[in-house]
Amino acid sequence: MSTLLDTHPLDLILDQSHDDFQEVRAVGREAFAKQGLPSAKAEEYKFTNLTKRLAQTFDSFELAAAFDVSEEQVKNAIFKGFDGHILVFTNGSLNQALSSEITGVEVTSLSGASAALGSIAKPEKDPFAAFNQATFKNGIQISIAKNTQVEQPILVLNFIDSTKGNLIQPRVWVEAGDFAEATFIEQQINLSDKEYFLNEVKEIKGGRNSHIHWYRVQNEGKTSISMSNIETDIQQDGTFTSVNLSLSGLMVRNNLNLNLLGSNSEGNMYGLYLTNGKTHVDNHTNVDHTIPHAESNELYKGILTDNSRGVFNGKIFVRQDAQKTNAFQQNNNILLSENAIVNTKPQLEIWADDVKCSHGCTTGQLDEEALFYLQARGIGKEKARGLLLYAFAGEVLENIKDDAFRSYCITLIQERLGTNF
Amino acid sequence: MLSIKNLHASIEGNEILRGIDLEVKAGEVHAIMGPNGSGKSTLASVLAGREEYEITDGEVTFKGEDLLELAPEERAREGVFLAFQYPVEIPGVSSTNFLRTAVNQVREHRGLDPLDAVKFLTMMKEKMKLVEIDQKLLSRALNEGFSGGEKKRNEIFQMAMLEPTLSILDETDSGLDIDALRIVSNGVNQLKSKDNATIVVTHYQRLLDYIVPDFVHVLYKGKIVKSGTKELALELEEKGYDWIKADVEQAAV
Repeated sequence: MSTLLDTHPLDLILDQSHDDFQEVRAVGREAFAKQGLPSAKAEEYKFTNLTKRLAQTFDSFELAAAFDVSEEQVKNAIFKGFDGHILVFTNGSLNQALSSEITGVEVTSLSGASAALGSIAKPEKDPFAAFNQATFKNGIQISIAKNTQVEQPILVLNFIDSTKGNLIQPRVWVEAGDFAEATFIEQQINLSDKEYFLNEVKEIKGGRNSHIHWYRVQNEGKTSISMSNIETDIQQDGTFTSVNLSLSGLMVRNNLNLNLLGSNSEGNMYGLYLTNGKTHVDNHTNVDHTIPHAESNELYKGILTDNSRGVFNGKIFVRQDAQKTNAFQQNNNILLSENAIVNTKPQLEIWADDVKCSHGCTTGQLDEEALFYLQARGIGKEKARGLLLYAFAGEVLENIKDDAFRSYCITLIQERLGTNF
Repeated sequence: MLSIKNLHASIEGNEILRGIDLEVKAGEVHAIMGPNGSGKSTLASVLAGREEYEITDGEVTFKGEDLLELAPEERAREGVFLAFQYPVEIPGVSSTNFLRTAVNQVREHRGLDPLDAVKFLTMMKEKMKLVEIDQKLLSRALNEGFSGGEKKRNEIFQMAMLEPTLSILDETDSGLDIDALRIVSNGVNQLKSKDNATIVVTHYQRLLDYIVPDFVHVLYKGKIVKSGTKELALELEEKGYDWIKADVEQAAV
């Protein structure tokens, strides 16, 4: 099946050739030409055939344009109890007027000086990252000044309107100065049911002793495809924590790469996927321990029902120099239907000899014995199921430090576990 | 209160209970004894509603109602309580939240208002004394990391909270040291009243020194082959089960 993606990306690039990013785009274009779209046999995409899905879903692509949203729409999108700053994006472009001024934080459109684009999320590592680099529409730069501790969380509201174009390619560069601290909460609001392909790249450059938390709720359109590449460099004494909650979408693929580059740095990756219908969620994570005395923690959990599918691929790479590394990884899944599938693949590659690493994965059904125990105490079967599933999922949410957002996530998953499951 | 007539039950095609008859009245304590594999735990499980057993014949009525028609949670709300032989560890579910949910679901069924947090805690503190259970245990996930003795004590604590009319203790004494056994039995005895009944399933006579039964039944090959008073338990302790087995085999010839 030949698809327009095979031939048209270059046309799209030509459309963009007048802007400031020619050199960056040229690198992306070359990397994409070299890799092409992943084939059915590509190791990194063997459980998630995005190429086929894209071909089945789209006849053509049009880069999505920015659009107007009202203050009312923004207000309605904010979850209960939220207290903090707001950044508004429409199809990946910044809406400055509706976004907060945040002391010590600069949010601007990327300028031509951004030669660093692609230096963290390298285009040669992933074809979709390369594709984004060659063809992204509007880039955003978020800079947190040195010594700035943003006390309240920053809510990133991504409004998506696929009637303004079905190819949405956010490109974000985040730079945290030394000792900077911030918490981002990312949410998506879909204004149309029309299918889209979201292909984002986020590069996050942490400073020394900087502490960044990045939380995200993924509720993609039911017929839509989402591809995300997030990569971060973590320097000495710095930490980065990601919590990702995937709730819907036709096919969702998240690449999350953490590079631990300075001693005493720490990377944390937490994820929860609750899937039903035909949703396919693939979390691919990679943590690269390059230096001694760094730590990484990872916990991904999934509850899958109907014909949905989950994929987890977690790689821990410990280089020869990275002695005294602590690296922990865990993936647990509950399958609630006969037709739900999980593919889980932990990968540990350890070249140092004085490290503490562990990994484990489990896939099973809901524990019938536990269910009976709760029932035997008078708790109704549905409620007992909900309690057990919530207990299973709740462990991931404990890693959310912002109380209001954690409560919001708890409501989201309780709604899900109470109704759809 | 409980009436079992000709109860037959099997699991995966193997018949385990082969015609049990038992009458339990309010205020009574019945002990069910028997060698391993005689069907004691199956009887307890069937009464509590464990789904893997198939009832092939017979009937069970509880307070005049067909017990076998009810889901496990409905039986619990009606006042049946099973103290598990192997209490289940449930990570992520806090003991306190679990109990409050359970108590309030049972109360709702009985037409009572749910307990608010303060009243619930007061009740919990009062019942904790009964089984000398530490509050620290209850702030943890349900049974997670509890020792064997702590789990059994927690069972009796839950029993105290749920105030059942029929309590079935399935090998609650197994694995307990003498101190724990004393605490657990003491809890059970304090909960005993003229309005409720207890079925004690045990392998050892020892428990019956502490929880004194009105009747003792011996279960063998899925049938009650002998019934008597507490003296029967003493006789079993002394002579073992072989003489009963011999009696049964002889009668069969």
